[in-house]
Amino acid sequence: MNDFSQAFSKAIWLIIQLDGDLIEIVTLSLQVSLTAVLIASMIGLPLGAALALYRFFGRGLLVAMLNTFMGLPPVVVGLVVYLILSRSGPLGMLGLLFTPTAMIIAQVCLIAPIVAALTRQTILDANDEYHEQLKALGAKPSGLMITLLWETRYSLVTNMFAGFGRAIAEVGAVLIVGGNINHSTRVMTTAIALETSRGDIELALALGIILIMLSLTVTSVVMGARHAAYKIYN
Amino acid sequence: MKYRLLKVIAAVYFLTLNPAMGNSFITLVSTTSTENSGLLDNIVPKFREQSKINVRVVAVGTGRAMKLGEMGDADMILVHHRASEEEFVSKGFGIERSEVMYNDFVIVGPPEDPANIRYENRTLDALSQIYEHEMPFVSRGDDSGTHKKELELWTMAGLNAQQYSGNWYHETGAGMGATLNIANAMGAYTLSDRGTWLSFKNRDRLVLLFEDDPPLHNQYSIILVNPEHHPHIKINEARSFANWLVSDQGQQAIADFTFAGQQLFFPNAQSKHR
Repeated sequence: MNDFSQAFSKAIWLIIQLDGDLIEIVTLSLQVSLTAVLIASMIGLPLGAALALYRFFGRGLLVAMLNTFMGLPPVVVGLVVYLILSRSGPLGMLGLLFTPTAMIIAQVCLIAPIVAALTRQTILDANDEYHEQLKALGAKPSGLMITLLWETRYSLVTNMFAGFGRAIAEVGAVLIVGGNINHSTRVMTTAIALETSRGDIELALALGIILIMLSLTVTSVVMGARHAAYKIYN
Repeated sequence: MKYRLLKVIAAVYFLTLNPAMGNSFITLVSTTSTENSGLLDNIVPKFREQSKINVRVVAVGTGRAMKLGEMGDADMILVHHRASEEEFVSKGFGIERSEVMYNDFVIVGPPEDPANIRYENRTLDALSQIYEHEMPFVSRGDDSGTHKKELELWTMAGLNAQQYSGNWYHETGAGMGATLNIANAMGAYTLSDRGTWLSFKNRDRLVLLFEDDPPLHNQYSIILVNPEHHPHIKINEARSFANWLVSDQGQQAIADFTFAGQQLFFPNAQSKHR
Protein backbone atom coordinates (compact mmCIF):
# COMPACT_ATOMS: atom_id res chain seq x y z
CA MET A 1 0.00 0.00 0.00
CA ASN A 2 1.32 3.35 -1.05
CA ASP A 3 -0.33 5.14 1.90
CA PHE A 4 1.63 3.07 4.39
CA SER A 5 5.03 3.59 2.82
CA GLN A 6 4.36 7.33 2.53
CA ALA A 7 3.21 7.50 6.16
CA PHE A 8 6.22 5.52 7.25
CA SER A 9 8.70 7.81 5.53
CA LYS A 10 6.82 10.80 6.93
CA ALA A 11 7.11 9.31 10.42
CA ILE A 12 10.86 8.81 9.98
CA TRP A 13 11.21 12.34 8.62
CA LEU A 14 9.30 13.87 11.57
CA ILE A 15 11.58 12.03 13.99
CA ILE A 16 14.80 12.96 12.18
CA GLN A 17 14.08 16.67 12.05
CA LEU A 18 12.99 16.64 15.72
CA ASP A 19 9.81 18.55 14.97
CA GLY A 20 9.13 20.89 17.92
CA ASP A 21 5.39 20.25 18.12
CA LEU A 22 5.98 16.52 17.91
CA ILE A 23 8.46 16.58 20.80
CA GLU A 24 5.99 18.56 22.89
CA ILE A 25 3.18 16.10 22.22
CA VAL A 26 5.36 13.04 22.80
CA THR A 27 6.71 14.49 26.07
CA LEU A 28 3.23 15.23 27.37
CA SER A 29 1.99 11.75 26.38
CA LEU A 30 4.83 10.15 28.31
CA GLN A 31 4.47 12.43 31.32
CA VAL A 32 0.73 11.88 31.61
CA SER A 33 0.78 8.13 31.10
CA LEU A 34 3.89 7.42 33.19
CA THR A 35 2.52 9.50 36.06
CA ALA A 36 -0.79 7.67 35.75
CA VAL A 37 1.00 4.31 35.88
CA LEU A 38 2.97 5.40 38.94
CA ILE A 39 -0.14 6.49 40.83
CA ALA A 40 -2.20 3.53 39.63
CA SER A 41 0.56 1.21 40.88
CA MET A 42 0.63 2.86 44.29
CA ILE A 43 -3.06 2.02 44.52
CA GLY A 44 -3.18 -1.21 42.52
CA LEU A 45 -0.17 -3.11 43.91
CA PRO A 46 -1.17 -3.03 47.60
CA LEU A 47 -4.85 -3.43 46.75
CA GLY A 48 -4.22 -6.45 44.53
CA ALA A 49 -1.91 -8.03 47.10
CA ALA A 50 -4.37 -7.45 49.94
CA LEU A 51 -7.17 -9.06 47.92
CA ALA A 52 -4.99 -12.10 47.31
CA LEU A 53 -3.77 -12.56 50.88
CA TYR A 54 -6.38 -11.37 53.35
CA ARG A 55 -9.96 -12.37 53.93
CA PHE A 56 -12.39 -9.61 54.73
CA PHE A 57 -16.02 -8.75 54.22
CA GLY A 58 -16.90 -7.83 50.65
CA ARG A 59 -13.73 -9.24 49.15
CA GLY A 60 -15.55 -11.35 46.57
CA LEU A 61 -17.57 -8.38 45.39
CA LEU A 62 -14.45 -6.22 45.19
CA VAL A 63 -12.65 -8.86 43.09
CA ALA A 64 -15.61 -9.16 40.73
CA MET A 65 -15.74 -5.37 40.42
CA LEU A 66 -12.01 -5.13 39.70
CA ASN A 67 -12.23 -7.75 36.99
CA THR A 68 -15.13 -5.88 35.42
CA PHE A 69 -13.37 -2.52 35.67
CA MET A 70 -10.38 -3.92 33.76
CA GLY A 71 -12.51 -3.33 30.71
CA LEU A 72 -13.95 0.08 31.58
CA PRO A 73 -14.90 2.03 28.45
CA PRO A 74 -12.60 5.09 28.29
CA VAL A 75 -15.39 7.44 27.14
CA VAL A 76 -17.47 6.54 30.17
CA VAL A 77 -14.52 7.18 32.47
CA GLY A 78 -13.91 10.45 30.64
CA LEU A 79 -17.51 11.48 31.07
CA VAL A 80 -17.60 10.66 34.78
CA VAL A 81 -14.31 12.44 35.46
CA TYR A 82 -15.59 15.39 33.42
CA LEU A 83 -18.76 15.64 35.50
CA ILE A 84 -16.71 15.54 38.70
CA LEU A 85 -14.13 18.11 37.58
CA SER A 86 -16.55 20.39 35.74
CA ARG A 87 -17.03 23.82 37.29
CA SER A 88 -20.56 22.71 38.07
CA GLY A 89 -19.31 19.42 39.55
CA PRO A 90 -18.24 18.53 43.09
CA LEU A 91 -14.52 19.26 42.51
CA GLY A 92 -15.10 22.17 40.13
CA MET A 93 -13.44 24.72 42.37
CA LEU A 94 -10.07 23.08 41.78
CA GLY A 95 -10.19 24.24 38.15
CA LEU A 96 -8.61 21.00 36.93
CA LEU A 97 -10.70 20.45 33.82
CA PHE A 98 -8.74 20.71 30.55
CA THR A 99 -5.38 20.27 32.31
CA PRO A 100 -2.85 17.41 32.17
CA THR A 101 -3.77 16.64 35.78
CA ALA A 102 -7.34 15.85 34.71
CA MET A 103 -5.96 13.51 32.06
CA ILE A 104 -3.83 11.74 34.67
CA ILE A 105 -6.85 11.29 36.94
CA ALA A 106 -8.88 9.75 34.11
CA GLN A 107 -6.06 7.38 33.16
CA VAL A 108 -5.53 6.34 36.79
CA CYS A 109 -9.22 5.36 36.95
CA LEU A 110 -8.76 3.32 33.79
CA ILE A 111 -5.61 1.44 34.72
CA ALA A 112 -5.61 1.08 38.51
CA PRO A 113 -8.14 -1.80 38.22
CA ILE A 114 -5.92 -3.48 35.62
CA VAL A 115 -2.82 -3.25 37.80
CA ALA A 116 -4.77 -4.40 40.87
CA ALA A 117 -6.45 -7.37 39.18
CA LEU A 118 -3.23 -8.60 37.57
CA THR A 119 -1.31 -8.10 40.83
CA ARG A 120 -3.91 -10.10 42.73
CA GLN A 121 -3.32 -13.05 40.39
CA THR A 122 0.47 -12.73 40.59
CA ILE A 123 0.44 -12.65 44.38
CA LEU A 124 -2.08 -15.49 44.55
CA ASP A 125 0.22 -17.71 42.50
CA ALA A 126 3.30 -16.69 44.46
CA ASN A 127 1.55 -17.33 47.76
CA ASP A 128 0.62 -20.86 46.66
CA GLU A 129 4.24 -21.49 45.85
CA TYR A 130 5.97 -19.93 48.87
CA HIS A 131 3.33 -20.14 51.60
CA GLU A 132 4.76 -23.14 53.48
CA GLN A 133 8.30 -21.79 53.30
CA LEU A 134 7.32 -18.37 54.56
CA LYS A 135 5.24 -19.87 57.35
CA ALA A 136 8.20 -22.03 58.41
CA LEU A 137 10.38 -18.92 58.51
CA GLY A 138 7.80 -17.34 60.81
CA ALA A 139 6.58 -14.55 58.54
CA LYS A 140 3.78 -12.45 60.04
CA PRO A 141 0.67 -11.82 57.94
CA SER A 142 1.56 -8.11 57.66
CA GLY A 143 5.08 -8.85 56.50
CA LEU A 144 3.81 -11.44 54.08
CA MET A 145 2.43 -8.85 51.70
CA ILE A 146 5.68 -6.86 51.50
CA THR A 147 7.74 -10.01 51.08
CA LEU A 148 5.58 -11.39 48.30
CA LEU A 149 5.40 -8.03 46.50
CA TRP A 150 9.19 -7.84 46.60
CA GLU A 151 9.66 -11.45 45.50
CA THR A 152 7.37 -11.00 42.51
CA ARG A 153 8.70 -7.55 41.53
CA TYR A 154 9.74 -8.64 38.06
CA SER A 155 6.27 -9.93 37.24
CA LEU A 156 4.72 -6.81 38.77
CA VAL A 157 6.64 -4.62 36.33
CA THR A 158 4.90 -6.50 33.53
CA ASN A 159 1.54 -5.81 35.22
CA MET A 160 2.37 -2.12 35.45
CA PHE A 161 3.20 -2.02 31.78
CA ALA A 162 -0.05 -3.67 30.83
CA GLY A 163 -1.53 -0.55 32.46
CA PHE A 164 0.89 1.76 30.66
CA GLY A 165 -0.03 0.22 27.32
CA ARG A 166 -3.68 0.95 27.94
CA ALA A 167 -3.01 4.49 29.18
CA ILE A 168 -0.82 5.65 26.31
CA ALA A 169 -3.09 4.15 23.65
CA GLU A 170 -6.34 5.54 25.06
CA VAL A 171 -8.10 8.47 23.38
CA GLY A 172 -11.71 8.63 24.59
CA ALA A 173 -11.10 9.76 28.17
CA VAL A 174 -8.25 12.23 27.58
CA LEU A 175 -10.17 13.87 24.75
CA ILE A 176 -13.13 14.66 27.02
CA VAL A 177 -11.26 15.79 30.14
CA GLY A 178 -8.19 17.24 28.38
CA GLY A 179 -9.92 18.93 25.45
CA ASN A 180 -7.02 18.33 23.01
CA ILE A 181 -5.78 21.91 23.50
CA ASN A 182 -2.78 22.75 21.34
CA HIS A 183 0.43 23.30 23.38
CA SER A 184 -1.45 22.40 26.54
CA THR A 185 -3.27 19.06 26.60
CA ARG A 186 -2.64 17.60 23.15
CA VAL A 187 -1.20 14.10 23.33
CA MET A 188 -0.35 11.52 20.66
CA THR A 189 -3.76 9.85 20.49
CA THR A 190 -5.80 13.07 20.41
CA ALA A 191 -3.43 14.51 17.79
CA ILE A 192 -4.01 11.40 15.66
CA ALA A 193 -7.79 11.81 16.01
CA LEU A 194 -7.48 15.49 15.04
CA GLU A 195 -5.36 14.85 11.95
CA THR A 196 -7.76 12.11 10.86
CA SER A 197 -10.65 14.54 11.12
CA ARG A 198 -8.65 17.08 9.15
CA GLY A 199 -8.41 14.45 6.45
CA ASP A 200 -4.62 14.33 6.73
CA ILE A 201 -4.56 10.54 6.82
CA GLU A 202 -0.84 10.39 6.03
CA LEU A 203 0.17 12.56 9.00
CA ALA A 204 -2.31 10.72 11.26
CA LEU A 205 -0.81 7.39 10.27
CA ALA A 206 2.73 8.74 10.69
CA LEU A 207 1.85 9.84 14.23
CA GLY A 208 0.35 6.40 14.84
CA ILE A 209 3.59 4.76 13.76
CA ILE A 210 5.55 7.06 16.09
CA LEU A 211 3.20 6.21 18.97
CA ILE A 212 3.79 2.49 18.47
CA MET A 213 7.56 3.04 18.25
CA LEU A 214 7.35 5.07 21.46
CA SER A 215 5.53 2.26 23.29
CA LEU A 216 8.07 -0.19 21.93
CA THR A 217 10.97 1.95 23.18
CA VAL A 218 9.53 2.42 26.66
CA THR A 219 8.70 -1.27 26.97
CA SER A 220 12.13 -2.33 25.71
CA VAL A 221 13.93 -0.04 28.16
CA VAL A 222 11.90 -1.35 31.09
CA MET A 223 12.20 -4.98 30.04
CA GLY A 224 15.95 -4.50 29.50
CA ALA A 225 16.34 -2.95 32.93
CA ARG A 226 14.30 -5.75 34.43
CA HIS A 227 16.49 -8.35 32.79
CA ALA A 228 19.68 -6.63 33.95
CA ALA A 229 18.39 -6.34 37.51
CA TYR A 230 17.38 -9.98 37.50
CA LYS A 231 20.88 -11.01 36.46
CA ILE A 232 22.52 -8.90 39.17
CA TYR A 233 20.30 -10.06 42.02
CA ASN A 234 20.20 -13.73 41.08
CA MET B 1 22.11 11.00 48.18
CA LYS B 2 20.21 8.69 45.91
CA TYR B 3 16.91 10.11 47.22
CA ARG B 4 17.93 13.72 46.78
CA LEU B 5 18.53 13.08 43.10
CA LEU B 6 15.14 11.44 42.87
CA LYS B 7 13.52 14.46 44.49
CA VAL B 8 15.16 16.82 42.01
CA ILE B 9 13.99 14.69 39.11
CA ALA B 10 10.48 14.60 40.54
CA ALA B 11 10.42 18.38 41.02
CA VAL B 12 11.55 19.10 37.46
CA TYR B 13 9.09 16.53 36.14
CA PHE B 14 6.06 18.04 37.85
CA LEU B 15 7.04 21.61 37.06
CA THR B 16 7.25 20.83 33.37
CA LEU B 17 3.92 19.02 33.47
CA ASN B 18 1.93 22.25 33.61
CA PRO B 19 4.08 24.55 31.50
CA ALA B 20 1.41 27.23 31.15
CA MET B 21 0.90 27.57 34.89
CA GLY B 22 1.33 31.12 36.10
CA ASN B 23 0.57 32.67 32.72
CA SER B 24 -2.79 34.24 32.21
CA PHE B 25 -5.06 32.32 29.88
CA ILE B 26 -8.69 31.92 28.95
CA THR B 27 -10.55 28.86 27.74
CA LEU B 28 -12.39 29.32 24.47
CA VAL B 29 -14.73 26.56 23.41
CA SER B 30 -15.14 26.84 19.67
CA THR B 31 -16.78 24.96 16.84
CA THR B 32 -14.61 22.38 15.13
CA SER B 33 -14.59 24.35 11.87
CA THR B 34 -12.64 27.29 13.27
CA GLU B 35 -10.08 24.98 14.87
CA ASN B 36 -9.77 22.30 12.19
CA SER B 37 -9.26 24.87 9.46
CA GLY B 38 -6.33 26.36 11.39
CA LEU B 39 -7.92 29.83 11.84
CA LEU B 40 -7.49 30.00 15.60
CA ASP B 41 -3.96 28.60 15.49
CA ASN B 42 -3.23 31.46 13.15
CA ILE B 43 -4.87 34.43 14.91
CA VAL B 44 -4.47 33.55 18.60
CA PRO B 45 -0.68 34.19 18.59
CA LYS B 46 -1.35 37.69 17.21
CA PHE B 47 -3.65 38.44 20.12
CA ARG B 48 -1.28 36.86 22.63
CA GLU B 49 1.58 39.02 21.45
CA GLN B 50 -0.34 42.20 22.29
CA SER B 51 -2.24 41.18 25.37
CA LYS B 52 0.02 38.52 26.98
CA ILE B 53 -3.18 36.51 27.38
CA ASN B 54 -3.14 33.01 25.99
CA VAL B 55 -6.29 31.48 24.51
CA ARG B 56 -6.73 27.76 25.04
CA VAL B 57 -9.02 26.37 22.40
CA VAL B 58 -11.24 23.34 22.96
CA ALA B 59 -12.92 22.38 19.68
CA VAL B 60 -16.36 20.76 19.89
CA GLY B 61 -19.70 21.07 18.10
CA THR B 62 -21.90 24.10 18.76
CA GLY B 63 -24.35 22.09 20.90
CA ARG B 64 -21.66 20.83 23.23
CA ALA B 65 -19.89 24.20 23.23
CA MET B 66 -23.02 25.75 24.68
CA LYS B 67 -23.35 22.99 27.25
CA LEU B 68 -19.74 23.56 28.34
CA GLY B 69 -20.46 27.29 28.60
CA GLU B 70 -23.59 26.62 30.62
CA MET B 71 -21.60 24.43 33.03
CA GLY B 72 -18.99 27.17 33.41
CA ASP B 73 -16.21 25.15 31.82
CA ALA B 74 -15.40 27.83 29.26
CA ASP B 75 -14.83 31.57 29.56
CA MET B 76 -16.30 32.25 26.14
CA ILE B 77 -17.72 30.37 23.18
CA LEU B 78 -17.35 30.81 19.41
CA VAL B 79 -20.33 29.21 17.69
CA HIS B 80 -22.49 29.37 14.57
CA HIS B 81 -26.18 28.90 15.04
CA ARG B 82 -28.14 32.07 15.58
CA ALA B 83 -31.34 30.66 17.08
CA SER B 84 -29.43 28.62 19.69
CA GLU B 85 -27.15 31.58 20.43
CA GLU B 86 -30.08 33.86 21.15
CA GLU B 87 -31.62 31.23 23.37
CA PHE B 88 -28.30 30.83 25.20
CA VAL B 89 -28.21 34.56 25.91
CA SER B 90 -31.90 34.89 26.77
CA LYS B 91 -31.62 32.07 29.30
CA GLY B 92 -28.86 34.08 30.98
CA PHE B 93 -26.02 31.63 30.29
CA GLY B 94 -24.16 34.10 28.10
CA ILE B 95 -23.71 37.84 27.68
CA GLU B 96 -22.45 40.28 25.06
CA ARG B 97 -23.01 38.28 21.90
CA SER B 98 -21.11 39.74 18.95
CA GLU B 99 -21.13 38.62 15.36
CA VAL B 100 -17.55 38.20 14.22
CA MET B 101 -17.28 36.68 10.76
CA TYR B 102 -19.05 34.51 8.22
CA ASN B 103 -18.49 32.07 5.45
CA ASP B 104 -20.94 29.69 3.86
CA PHE B 105 -22.01 26.10 3.63
CA VAL B 106 -21.55 23.98 0.54
CA ILE B 107 -22.93 20.64 -0.56
CA VAL B 108 -20.28 18.16 -1.59
CA GLY B 109 -20.70 14.71 -3.06
CA PRO B 110 -19.45 12.15 -5.57
CA PRO B 111 -18.19 13.59 -8.88
CA GLU B 112 -20.76 11.52 -10.86
CA ASP B 113 -23.50 13.46 -9.02
CA PRO B 114 -26.20 10.77 -9.39
CA ALA B 115 -28.91 13.06 -7.95
CA ASN B 116 -28.03 15.78 -10.44
CA ILE B 117 -27.84 18.65 -7.97
CA ARG B 118 -25.05 20.39 -9.83
CA TYR B 119 -27.37 22.40 -12.06
CA GLU B 120 -29.97 23.31 -9.45
CA ASN B 121 -30.30 26.98 -8.53
CA ARG B 122 -31.83 26.64 -5.08
CA THR B 123 -30.49 24.72 -2.09
CA LEU B 124 -33.96 23.36 -1.36
CA ASP B 125 -34.26 21.94 -4.88
CA ALA B 126 -30.83 20.34 -4.58
CA LEU B 127 -31.91 18.64 -1.35
CA SER B 128 -35.20 17.56 -2.96
CA GLN B 129 -33.24 15.89 -5.74
CA ILE B 130 -31.19 13.91 -3.22
CA TYR B 131 -34.39 13.03 -1.35
CA GLU B 132 -36.32 11.91 -4.41
CA HIS B 133 -33.48 9.81 -5.77
CA GLU B 134 -32.80 8.43 -2.28
CA MET B 135 -29.09 9.03 -2.78
CA PRO B 136 -26.79 8.44 0.20
CA PHE B 137 -26.56 11.57 2.36
CA VAL B 138 -24.36 11.81 5.43
CA SER B 139 -25.60 14.00 8.28
CA ARG B 140 -23.48 15.18 11.21
CA GLY B 141 -26.22 14.11 13.62
CA ASP B 142 -24.31 15.67 16.53
CA ASP B 143 -26.30 18.80 17.41
CA SER B 144 -23.53 20.97 15.95
CA GLY B 145 -24.20 24.26 14.16
CA THR B 146 -23.81 22.55 10.80
CA HIS B 147 -26.22 19.80 11.84
CA LYS B 148 -28.81 22.33 13.03
CA LYS B 149 -28.44 24.19 9.75
CA GLU B 150 -28.93 21.00 7.76
CA LEU B 151 -32.10 20.12 9.69
CA GLU B 152 -33.41 23.64 9.07
CA LEU B 153 -32.81 23.27 5.34
CA TRP B 154 -34.71 19.95 5.20
CA THR B 155 -37.58 21.55 7.13
CA MET B 156 -37.59 24.55 4.79
CA ALA B 157 -37.80 22.14 1.86
CA GLY B 158 -40.75 20.45 3.56
CA LEU B 159 -38.96 17.11 3.65
CA ASN B 160 -38.50 14.66 6.49
CA ALA B 161 -35.19 13.02 5.67
CA GLN B 162 -34.64 11.69 9.17
CA GLN B 163 -37.32 9.04 8.71
CA TYR B 164 -34.90 7.40 6.28
CA SER B 165 -32.13 7.26 8.87
CA GLY B 166 -30.16 4.06 8.35
CA ASN B 167 -31.58 3.72 4.84
CA TRP B 168 -30.05 6.37 2.57
CA TYR B 169 -29.79 9.07 5.29
CA HIS B 170 -26.84 8.36 7.56
CA GLU B 171 -26.26 10.13 10.89
CA THR B 172 -22.61 9.91 11.93
CA GLY B 173 -22.74 11.74 15.26
CA ALA B 174 -19.22 12.94 14.50
CA GLY B 175 -17.29 16.10 13.65
CA MET B 176 -17.21 17.68 10.20
CA GLY B 177 -13.88 16.11 9.24
CA ALA B 178 -14.91 12.63 10.36
CA THR B 179 -18.19 13.07 8.47
CA LEU B 180 -16.36 14.12 5.29
CA ASN B 181 -14.15 11.03 5.64
CA ILE B 182 -17.29 8.89 5.78
CA ALA B 183 -18.95 10.67 2.85
CA ASN B 184 -15.75 10.19 0.89
CA ALA B 185 -15.69 6.47 1.62
CA MET B 186 -19.42 6.00 0.88
CA GLY B 187 -19.63 8.21 -2.18
CA ALA B 188 -22.35 10.16 -0.35
CA TYR B 189 -23.53 13.77 -0.32
CA THR B 190 -23.05 15.96 2.73
CA LEU B 191 -23.38 19.55 3.91
CA SER B 192 -20.09 21.11 5.03
CA ASP B 193 -18.91 24.54 6.07
CA ARG B 194 -16.60 25.89 3.41
CA GLY B 195 -13.64 26.34 5.77
CA THR B 196 -13.46 22.68 6.76
CA TRP B 197 -14.12 21.59 3.18
CA LEU B 198 -11.30 23.70 1.74
CA SER B 199 -8.75 22.61 4.32
CA PHE B 200 -9.85 18.96 4.19
CA LYS B 201 -7.27 16.77 2.49
CA ASN B 202 -8.79 13.30 2.11
CA ARG B 203 -11.24 14.00 -0.68
CA ASP B 204 -10.30 11.82 -3.62
CA ARG B 205 -13.96 10.88 -4.20
CA LEU B 206 -15.66 14.15 -3.24
CA VAL B 207 -16.21 17.35 -5.20
CA LEU B 208 -18.02 20.59 -4.49
CA LEU B 209 -21.42 20.34 -6.21
CA PHE B 210 -23.58 23.15 -4.86
CA GLU B 211 -22.80 26.62 -3.45
CA ASP B 212 -23.72 30.32 -3.51
CA ASP B 213 -27.28 30.45 -2.24
CA PRO B 214 -28.47 32.82 0.53
CA PRO B 215 -29.83 30.03 2.81
CA LEU B 216 -26.27 28.68 3.00
CA HIS B 217 -24.95 31.74 4.85
CA ASN B 218 -22.91 30.74 7.90
CA GLN B 219 -22.53 33.37 10.62
CA TYR B 220 -20.07 32.95 13.50
CA SER B 221 -20.57 34.76 16.81
CA ILE B 222 -18.75 35.05 20.06
CA ILE B 223 -20.52 34.99 23.42
CA LEU B 224 -19.04 35.53 26.88
CA VAL B 225 -20.12 33.13 29.59
CA ASN B 226 -22.18 34.94 32.21
CA PRO B 227 -19.94 35.58 35.25
CA GLU B 228 -23.01 35.99 37.47
CA HIS B 229 -23.58 32.24 37.24
CA HIS B 230 -19.91 31.35 37.42
CA PRO B 231 -17.79 33.79 39.44
CA HIS B 232 -14.53 32.10 38.40
CA ILE B 233 -15.04 33.15 34.75
CA LYS B 234 -12.15 35.35 33.60
CA ILE B 235 -14.50 37.96 32.30
CA ASN B 236 -11.97 40.75 31.78
CA GLU B 237 -9.55 38.61 29.81
CA ALA B 238 -12.40 37.05 27.83
CA ARG B 239 -13.85 40.46 27.05
CA SER B 240 -10.48 41.69 25.91
CA PHE B 241 -10.25 38.82 23.39
CA ALA B 242 -13.83 39.47 22.23
CA ASN B 243 -13.05 43.17 21.79
CA TRP B 244 -9.90 42.33 19.87
CA LEU B 245 -11.80 39.98 17.52
CA VAL B 246 -14.25 42.71 16.53
CA SER B 247 -11.56 45.42 16.40
CA ASP B 248 -9.93 46.44 13.13
CA GLN B 249 -6.84 44.46 14.03
CA GLY B 250 -8.74 41.28 14.84
CA GLN B 251 -10.94 41.59 11.78
CA GLN B 252 -7.85 42.09 9.62
CA ALA B 253 -6.23 39.01 11.16
CA ILE B 254 -9.30 36.95 10.23
CA ALA B 255 -9.28 38.33 6.68
CA ASP B 256 -5.56 37.64 6.34
CA PHE B 257 -5.95 33.97 7.13
CA THR B 258 -5.86 31.91 3.98
CA PHE B 259 -5.55 28.26 3.14
CA ALA B 260 -3.91 27.36 -0.18
CA GLY B 261 -4.40 30.95 -1.30
CA GLN B 262 -8.10 31.09 -0.44
CA GLN B 263 -9.70 33.20 2.27
CA LEU B 264 -11.80 30.95 4.53
CA PHE B 265 -13.55 33.41 6.85
CA PHE B 266 -14.91 36.89 6.10
CA PRO B 267 -14.95 39.40 8.95
CA ASN B 268 -18.26 41.19 9.44
CA ALA B 269 -18.33 42.56 12.97
CA GLN B 270 -20.51 45.64 13.02
CA SER B 271 -20.48 47.00 16.48
CA LYS B 272 -19.85 45.54 19.88
CA HIS B 273 -22.46 43.89 22.09
CA ARG B 274 -25.38 43.54 19.76
